[in-house]
Amino acid sequence: MAAIENNEIRYLNPPTVEVRKKKYCRFKKAGIKYVDYKDPEFLKKFLNEQGKILPRRITGTSLKFQRKVAQAVKRARSLALLPYVTDLLK
Amino acid sequence: MIKQYETVFIATPVLSDTQMKEAVAKYTKLITDNGGEVVYEEDWGLKQLAYPIQHKTSGFYYLIQFKADPQFVSTLETQYHRDERIIRFLTVALDKDSIAYAEHRREVRAGKAAAPKAEQAPAEPEQVEEETENVEE
Repeated sequence: MAAIENNEIRYLNPPTVEVRKKKYCRFKKAGIKYVDYKDPEFLKKFLNEQGKILPRRITGTSLKFQRKVAQAVKRARSLALLPYVTDLLK
Repeated sequence: MIKQYETVFIATPVLSDTQMKEAVAKYTKLITDNGGEVVYEEDWGLKQLAYPIQHKTSGFYYLIQFKADPQFVSTLETQYHRDERIIRFLTVALDKDSIAYAEHRREVRAGKAAAPKAEQAPAEPEQVEEETENVEE
């Protein structure tokens, strides 16, 4: 009985390894070069329910395009295509 | 120096169709009178505003893309400021990516307009304008 070798760690339950899907920048992937402020439906993908711009760590957008998205959202807001403040945008 | 710009303005919803056409004609004339050239126009019609502006909840949107001298933009915006009919406007300069995007958008919309618009109403000759433009470079 004492001859069992303990050099291998055994688990009762197999350890759960979380496999996260890698985020990617949708603009780079789709080859979009210009973010249009005239398309509020598209820009809504980058807003939360209160109409705030989502951070890069959630959307996965690259820095270059995050700046362009922010610019476009702000232009759309000033043209009343998107609200500045709201509830239940989606 | 000539640069390409794009301007969107919102007019008050109280205007009639002819008054709206008048306002549009005023600004296109202003552009051409100052040595500019209208590349493309688009009428978005009466749209609901995302938030009230001057106690109004809707407005007529109109988009004009034009080529003009950078100094002209300030005169255009002064005219917007003085105009009671205009409740909001935005003018942006277009760079090479946005010009490419604008052309693509134009083609898509022209293609779309040809099919369903023909049934509803006689389509405005938007495409004709583009072809007859004389590019000054």
